[in-house]
Amino acid sequence: MRLKLVVWRQPGPTAAGRFVTYEANDVTPDMSFLEMLDMVNEDLQNRGEAPIAFDHDCREGICGSCGMMINGVAHGPMKGTATCQLHMRSFRDGDTVHIEPWRARAFPVVKDLVVDRSALDRIIASGGFVSVNTGGAQDANNILISKDQVDQAMDAAACIGCGACVAACPNASASLFTSAKLSHLALLPQGQPERFRRTLSMIDRMEEEGFGACTFHGECQEACPKEISIDNIVRMNRDYVKSTVTKREEKALAGGD
Amino acid sequence: MRTFFRTNLGLKVVMAVTGLIMVGYLITHVFANLLVFRGPELINRYSAILHGQPAFLWTARAVLIVSLIAHVWSAIELTRRDRAARGTSYTVWKPQASTLASRTMRWGGLLILFFVVWHILQFTTGTVRPAPFVEGDPHGNVVRAFQIPWVVALYVVSMAALGLHLFHGTWSAFRSLGLVKPSEHPLRHRTSLLVAGVIWLGFTIIPLAILAGVGR
Repeated sequence: MRLKLVVWRQPGPTAAGRFVTYEANDVTPDMSFLEMLDMVNEDLQNRGEAPIAFDHDCREGICGSCGMMINGVAHGPMKGTATCQLHMRSFRDGDTVHIEPWRARAFPVVKDLVVDRSALDRIIASGGFVSVNTGGAQDANNILISKDQVDQAMDAAACIGCGACVAACPNASASLFTSAKLSHLALLPQGQPERFRRTLSMIDRMEEEGFGACTFHGECQEACPKEISIDNIVRMNRDYVKSTVTKREEKALAGGD
Repeated sequence: MRTFFRTNLGLKVVMAVTGLIMVGYLITHVFANLLVFRGPELINRYSAILHGQPAFLWTARAVLIVSLIAHVWSAIELTRRDRAARGTSYTVWKPQASTLASRTMRWGGLLILFFVVWHILQFTTGTVRPAPFVEGDPHGNVVRAFQIPWVVALYVVSMAALGLHLFHGTWSAFRSLGLVKPSEHPLRHRTSLLVAGVIWLGFTIIPLAILAGVGR
């Protein structure tokens, strides 16, 4: 397969970027998207040019490092798949492929396709702690949790923090990410003691980082390589209203119900 | 509470609550308007009853005006923040799940705002008069105005924008408030399709039917 790549090149965070066109000639359908870029980079290096910088680590769809806008779609055309698990059989000979980094004010470009996603880490850190007992380990399955709850919590916990939700959102909102992180604890008994203060502080942090507001376009859910549902955002909003308007936690701390 | 109304989520709650208040009003408005097909007597009497209760009328108007202002103000503020949050826009961006309705909320909303101003000037105050206006005769005012094709066209286009706005707005308002349960199909719009569909159809059918000669 021969492809024409139109790739965003930006030497550094403050440098101006631009699109550069490359030919990728010996692409096979079994290559992953990142392997295709590796091959292009080898060519570039042999010619003495700087390779295209992109984030990657596990290359098996679980670390959340890789991610780029491919033809205007976060992680490319394959649904429920991170960029590393996207294969070149999703493209046809002669295709032009536009490759752009995630665009968000909270994700500044480091170089080429690499963006700084540490804003997501700071949202996690603002979540604080979870109260757990120390001392002897309790028996497994000591706390009974219904199958439905466990499934929903596990689905939310599948988030790998790749940032595709922010990239795909027309408002660059991190609502799907934040709500997934909140939901996987909010749905379990272990997450209850700090539930509402965690909701408030993670949402505060999310807004301070400069992410936009959720308008429920649903783009994030489609882009998510883990297919996390926007129902998590609904849960986050409900907990936010509970913790601000009805001051749920303050009442609980004051000894009320 | 002060900080609540400064956060994105707080502003979304304002959008949702004020939006739903206006949707509630539109539901009564559309069914009341359909009385126009039952002849002049019923709808003119309905109007007279409302105007005979100035305290109720002005309370309702005040709630709606405050809702509209808060809705538009939050929309402007959120739009400003959302644009800033993106920063550089994509050269190529392909929508995957968003609908025409969700992507036209802002421009469609602006069109509806202009329409609402026009509509009040035309049928409430009688300030703009494409057709002769008689105070206290809504049936006659409506029938006379909707014989003019450009007035009908203005209403039909505005109601299409309103229908789209409500299709996404009603759906997302309940989500902004956290009022829906998890679903197997999170993107399904059944209730909002019904609400938007009824309001759009009711308001569109009136000018078209009168132009066609029904209910004159």
